[in-house]
This record gives sequence, structure tokens and C-alpha cells, in this order.
Amino acid sequence: MIKFLVQRTLGMIVTMFFVSIMVFIIMELPPGDYAERWAFRKFSGTGAQITQADLDNIRANFGLDRPAPERYFKWISNIVLHGDFGEAFAFQTSVNNVIGQKIWLTLAILFSTLIVTYIISIPVGMYAAVRRNSLEDYALTVFSYLGFALPNFLLALILLYISITYFDTSVGGLFSPDYADAPWSMDKALDLLSHLVVPAIILAWSATAFQLQTVRATMLDELNTLSVTAARARGVPEWKLLLKYPARLAINPVVSTIGFDANRIFSELPIVALVLGLPELGQLLLKSYLDLDMFVAGAILLILTFMIVFMNFLSDIFLAILDPRVKLIEG
Amino acid sequence: MENIKEKTDDNLLEVKNLKISFKTDEGIITAVDGVNFTVKHGETLGIVGESGSGKSVSTWSIMRLLPKNSIIDKKSSIRFRKKDGKVVDITKLKARSKELRKIRGGEVALIFQEPMSSFSPVYTIGNQISEAVLQHRDVSKEEAQEIAIDMLDRVGIANPRQRFKQYPFELSGGMRQRAMIAVALSMNPALLIADEPTTSLDVTIQAQILELMNELQEELGMAIIFITHNLGVIAQVADKIEVMYLGKILERGTTKDIIQNPQHPYTQALLKAIPRLDHIGERLNAISGDIPSPLSRPTGCPFYTRCEKVIPGICDVKMPNPTKLSDTHTVYCFLYEEKNV
Repeated sequence: MIKFLVQRTLGMIVTMFFVSIMVFIIMELPPGDYAERWAFRKFSGTGAQITQADLDNIRANFGLDRPAPERYFKWISNIVLHGDFGEAFAFQTSVNNVIGQKIWLTLAILFSTLIVTYIISIPVGMYAAVRRNSLEDYALTVFSYLGFALPNFLLALILLYISITYFDTSVGGLFSPDYADAPWSMDKALDLLSHLVVPAIILAWSATAFQLQTVRATMLDELNTLSVTAARARGVPEWKLLLKYPARLAINPVVSTIGFDANRIFSELPIVALVLGLPELGQLLLKSYLDLDMFVAGAILLILTFMIVFMNFLSDIFLAILDPRVKLIEG
Repeated sequence: MENIKEKTDDNLLEVKNLKISFKTDEGIITAVDGVNFTVKHGETLGIVGESGSGKSVSTWSIMRLLPKNSIIDKKSSIRFRKKDGKVVDITKLKARSKELRKIRGGEVALIFQEPMSSFSPVYTIGNQISEAVLQHRDVSKEEAQEIAIDMLDRVGIANPRQRFKQYPFELSGGMRQRAMIAVALSMNPALLIADEPTTSLDVTIQAQILELMNELQEELGMAIIFITHNLGVIAQVADKIEVMYLGKILERGTTKDIIQNPQHPYTQALLKAIPRLDHIGERLNAISGDIPSPLSRPTGCPFYTRCEKVIPGICDVKMPNPTKLSDTHTVYCFLYEEKNV
């Protein structure tokens, strides 16, 4: 197990190294840099003439005149060694300040969505498999297709409408106005949790529909295996049998796709966040790209990819714990 | 064991008029049609037949292990004498009853053709044997482990303590089948159903497993129903044999009756299809044609479509009645029925 852990950790580090290079290349890709953008902002309409020398000066001020490899190593070593993601030019402060709280909120949304997804899809999928072809099973299938077919933002609008019209509560944002600027306290955390429920349900909807079908299909396969019949032939009671044999294996495909789910949630989050007015990273990423504020964009890309890679790492570990065959193959 | 021995006159298992069908998308398929057989304490019954003859279905029904779309006919009965002397009709038990669970494993145990897939890959061998022991004996976890290790040792597995902690994929095929036998016997059943236990093993391992089963039967005194398509194997282990074809029994007798004096054209053809060391160089006689689909069962004798001695106008009209050739030997064939009439 230790060997397996070390292998996987090394794999994760290597992956992150290549990811960081790719992120840096993406940061370099848009034409122009922040120096030009800054000059444009500052001097457009003033009639001032900007020479190449002025631009070079500005560039040197921002440290953008150094060759790309040097900038990459400076950037990445600051991140790894000091947790410093560089300077957010457009905000005139550090990237850490700009994205700090938003990261925690994005992660809160991610984890609450994952938890809602698994809490619903795993037991319900198993139930549907055991009661195959029953009324409940068909109803759940319809629910799943709805989950696949309904766009998230539409669902967000519907829930927004319902909660404002019928419950007189605002779902917009992650905090009630009273707590928005208050320091962290138990009440504020509870307030956050209550605001997380709606976004988590919206984002979990399609993932749940998908995982529910996966669990159902795997469970159906496992229910018909000889090992289940063999356990039944040993006189094991039915419910114990279901939990010990097929249920345990039906979790495997879910566990092995935690990274995919994280990816999907990150991709769907910006649109939902826009509708619900949530402070998260997606919109900031878009804005920083428009401003050519590359350290902000880079930090967000790097953090989101790291989260996905880390989730994949977690799913490998969970899988190895759940299924002894995994360790055998990986040596 | 002693008090059971005293009652050996009584049958341990009496299967009567067993008829099993399956509801499928193509309609109702009858897999077993009017089968009767009995097993006495400590004896070995062999059931021989091709794939699809219904031999597994009829024995799995003894433990009610058939899938949900199966229907056991109301007139069928499977009467089993439990260790406490009471006789129950297994077909009448409720699917989730405690009584049925006690019979599964505790009275009747089953070993399968595929030792790999009959173990769950995510639990150790020891876990799965202990589970069986704990289900049927009033012992602690530690005692169950000791019983399991002792059983592994008894079925000839070296280093049983180490094997106990291993996963099924860490054992060889022959080893896994030994472990499967250990699971079955750890529950101390009165009847062991062996469903083609040696089919997936190579010949030397096959011989070892057969020998092991013979030894254990002598030691523990349980009865065995041995299912196979291999007449060579059955001749080594069985006291008596039922020959099945397409859900019906065509011939029954002692092993000697069936192997040395086969009467039904199907049994004769099966025996001719076995390669023999004293007939090297001769071609084997294959039975022509395929076993008919259970969806289009022939009326009359199920074998008439492939039978060399078919009597047109008789065999394809109705199923022959049993003809007793001796006290032990019965055949279902018009060739003999006519002689008696």
C-alpha cells in the first residue's frame, strides 16, 4: 500500500509539472501583454504618444521583459515555495488576495455538490437495480433523463423563481446580506451552508442522474454474478448479501470517476454561478483573460486543474482500498 | 452421524414430478419436465447430460437458487429430510424464510463449475469461509476462523493459515476448487451438490479433486449429487446415475447398469462417443444433430429427432412410460416398452 501511495503521489507531481507548463503556455498565448493593456487604459483619449521605449519601461516595471523560461521558473517557484501566485495587475494587489476567498467558496461548492451527488446516486441507484423493472425504477429512469436533458441554468432560474416566490428567500450569492462582510463565526458558516444547498442541488442534478445510472447498471451486473449466488447458497440473508457483495463493487465506477465529476462541476459552475450570483472563480477567470491579467488567470487554471488531478489521486486511493485487485495490477 | 445412519432406510431427498419453466421474452421455456429422483444418506447420485439438459436447473431448485423468472410447477415436490428428522417440501418454503436459509448451506451445500467466479474477488478466502461457518454454527469469530483454517487444511491446501488471508485471484484453479469445497463442507451439510466441479480444471487436478471428494464423503458421510456431462468422471464417483436429456430423464440405474449395460439409444450413443484406450485409431461416434431448442421442444420422446432407432409414428407422438429392466435399472424408451406390452 505504501509503495502504491508513493507511486501515485509521484505520478501526481509529474502530472502537475506538465500541467504548470501548459498553463504557462496558455498564459503566453493571447496576443499582447498586460503592459500594452495598461498603457491603453492609462493613456487612451489623453492624446499622449506612447513610444516603444515607454512600453519597454512599463514592461520592465511589471517584470514582463524577462525571457519566458525565466518568468516560468520565477512564477512556479514562488507558487511552490511561498504559495505566492504573483501580482494581479488589474487589481493592483496580489493574486492571493484576489482569489483567496473565492477559492474556498468554489471548493465549498465543489465538495457540497459531490456530497449531494453521491449521497443520492449511490443508494438510489442500488435501490433501482434491486427493484429492476418496478414502477420506482421507471420513475427514476425518467428523473435521470430529465437530469441529462435539462440545462443547469434553466434549473437554476426555476429554483431561483420558486425560492423567491414561495419561500421569500434569496438564493443569490453565498451569504445573506447580514453576514456578507461579517467575520467568520458559527452563524456565518451555517448561513453559508444554507446558501450552498441550492447551487449544490443544481450542479449535482446532472451528475446524480449520470452516476445513478452507472450504479444501477453495475449493481445489476453484480447481482447476477455467481459469487452472489454462491453467498446465497451459504444461507446469507438477502439484505446482508446485497450490501456485502454487489453493493461494494457497484461503488467502484463512481469512486473511479470522482475526478471526472469535479471536472464537470467546474465546467458547469460559471453559468450557474452567473445566474445565482455566486462569487466563484469561473467569471474571474474570464475577466482576467479579457484584461490580459495573466497571473490571475494562471493561478485559477492551475488551482482548478490541481483540484481535478488531486480528485483523481483520491479516487485511485479509494479504489485501491475498496478493491484488492487494483494493488495487484499496479504492483 | 450415528443417529442419521439409523434412518438410512428413509430417503434424504425425494424429488417428484419436478417441472421448472422460465418466463422469457420469447415465451415460457420449460427446462425441466417431470423429473423424479431420490438420494439416500451417504450415497452419490450422478446426473449426466449435455448442456441445456436441465441438470443444473433441477439441482439448483433444491436450494431455490433459480432466478426470479423461474416457475416451479405447483405439482412438483422436493421433499428433504432435515438433520432434526423433519421432512420439508422445499418448493413450498417462502423465498426469504429463515427455514430456507438454514437449509442453504446448513443442510444442502453447492459447489460450482467456476471456482474463480464463485468467490467474490474483493474478500479473502478466509472471510468467505468464516461467513459460511458463522451463518450455520453458533461460534465466535475466532472459532469460525479456526474451523475455516482446519477445513482448508483438510481439503489439502498447504499453509492454510496463510491462504486464509489471501484473495481468490492469488490461488490457482485447483486450489480455488479445493477452497470452494472447504466452504461447502465447513457448514457440515447432509447433501452436497457438485455442479460440474471438475469441468474447468485440467485432467490431473480433476483426478485429485475427485479423489478428495471421495475421501471426504467417506469421512463425513454426506450424500452427493454429482452433475457432469462427462461419463468417465461419473463412473468413478457415482453409486447410481440418471441420464437426462432436454429436461427429462431417459434412463436410470446403478453405475454398473448404465456404464456396462446401457439400454437407451441416447446412453449408448453417449458411451460410444467416449475415446477409449483399447480402441485407438477408430473414429469416435458423434451423435448427429444438435440438442433442439427448448423453445421448440419435440413432442413425444425428446430424443427422437436424433435417435438412430426411432420408430416413426410412435416416438414422436408421446413420451414413453418407464420400463423396469431390473430392480435398479429403468429406461424410458418404446423399444423396451413394446416388448413388455
